Amino acid sequence: MKALSLGNLRKTYSNGFEALKGINLQVEEGDFFALLGPNGAGKSTAIGIISSLVTASSGSVSIFGHDLETDRERAKSCIGLVPQEVNFNQFDTVKGIVLNQAGYYGMPRKLALQRTEHCLKQMDLWDKRDTVSRRLSGGMKRRVMIARAMVHAPKLLILDEPTAGVDIEIRRSMWLMMQEVNQQGTTIILTTHYLEEAESLCRNIAIIDEGRIVENSDMASLLSRLHIDHFVLDLAEPLNTAPTIGGCQVELISDKVLAIAIPKEIGLNQLFSQLTAQNIQVMSLKNKTNRLEQLFMDLVASK
Amino acid sequence: MNYSIAFKTIVFKEIYRFLRIWPQTLLPPAITTTLYFLIFGKLIGDRIGTISGASYMDYIVPGIIIMSVISHSYANVVSSFYSTKFQRNIEELLVAPVPNWVILSGYISGGIIRGLLVGAVVALISLLFAEFAVHNIAIALSTALLTATLFSLAGFINALLAESFDDISIIPNFVLTPLSYLGGVFYSVDMLPPIWQTISMGNPILYMVNAFRYGLIGVSDIDIQLTFIMMIGFIITLTLFSLYLLYKGIGIKN
Repeated sequence: MKALSLGNLRKTYSNGFEALKGINLQVEEGDFFALLGPNGAGKSTAIGIISSLVTASSGSVSIFGHDLETDRERAKSCIGLVPQEVNFNQFDTVKGIVLNQAGYYGMPRKLALQRTEHCLKQMDLWDKRDTVSRRLSGGMKRRVMIARAMVHAPKLLILDEPTAGVDIEIRRSMWLMMQEVNQQGTTIILTTHYLEEAESLCRNIAIIDEGRIVENSDMASLLSRLHIDHFVLDLAEPLNTAPTIGGCQVELISDKVLAIAIPKEIGLNQLFSQLTAQNIQVMSLKNKTNRLEQLFMDLVASK
Repeated sequence: MNYSIAFKTIVFKEIYRFLRIWPQTLLPPAITTTLYFLIFGKLIGDRIGTISGASYMDYIVPGIIIMSVISHSYANVVSSFYSTKFQRNIEELLVAPVPNWVILSGYISGGIIRGLLVGAVVALISLLFAEFAVHNIAIALSTALLTATLFSLAGFINALLAESFDDISIIPNFVLTPLSYLGGVFYSVDMLPPIWQTISMGNPILYMVNAFRYGLIGVSDIDIQLTFIMMIGFIITLTLFSLYLLYKGIGIKN
């Protein structure tokens, strides 16, 4: 079953700006789906329309088979949204925010209390349940929004840049949580500017640019299209000039650091053979850029 | 889908909000109206004598109560709903399967409850200054209820259309307050020159003040039946207009 189906979705704002130019997109049930794109590409507009915060100019949105226009309440019941920016009442307590949301979804009080406790414990916020939300840290506020979005056990969870601005430790714990939620059967749509995040979490991906879908495929086949890997090498001894390595682009970043762009057909063994032949000892090696980031830049720049 | 739970959630949230900030919502009307009763009712009123057979204190009590109901039912909805828009937590409701009529009725109920609660506080305070037998409790209560409903709806529309905090203070300061003071709270329209009597008839608050006054002390300058038809007509019109604005997403959606 399709968790989400967008048909020729268009949005033109009152100032004439055409944010979406007829996008078609399908997300399978159970998927962990990345929706990527540069700023202003139309991601937030698309998510706004799916979650009823923005009115579409034309086109259709279907959520688990329920049309958002004709079967609005059922369609909405399937969705949980974690927005980009904090949008809860900062004077409410953590528990109050989540409990109210359960009420909006028509959940009886007893069940709402159970679900609130479950979600707050899952987000490691139970100890903060009586804290007024404006006193929370940025990472905690984001987790409150995730708990709020999950309180009615949605079948489709939309996370709009959920880890923006949070430290790496919290980000990693949120990744684990998202994977756990997805493994329990919830379909997830993730937008993020951390492409490493999308690459490691998502199975399928769509890239949107200037209101159009420019790429829509599974992550593995998208990444397999990369022909060049970029590496940074730390050297044992300093160099004055960049060495010449057949088929590779080499740049001397500092006297003991080399940046190398290496085509897949050459491979690391051949690279190291050539470096060894020139008496260059490598102490360590790392990816210069995230692989998806490279593809993303190519796709967006090619337009 | 059980909409009654969503409705109750909005109403309880609203009640909790104005009770939590009671020094801003319940205390000021108690102090202000005590001063009105002391200064206008007691000190000045004793020298004025009677109006339409009622002592001046008895005459102004209904107007002051209904003026409190008007300003607080309006203020509750306009400030609460605009803050919800401003902080963007209206999105919590828009994302959820809550129909527009539930959102509207939830916020309006919050405004009605605060308006009537403040009205009750003012009425209790008035008992310290005035003694009167209620003439017609049904008319008094239904006038208060319809007035609170009407001004809650007006506050909701103001909040929907407002784009800044200035926009939510313009109507209360420059429309509601003058209309309330010119709505026969402190005087009978019979005391005005004929031209001002005619102009006053265009002020809807005059009708509500008089209907409520009739309910409490049996004195009115205008036709009670006309007042009820007018209030119900306004309520139906404002309800339909609010639902239209919500349906179009005006002020809350892009």
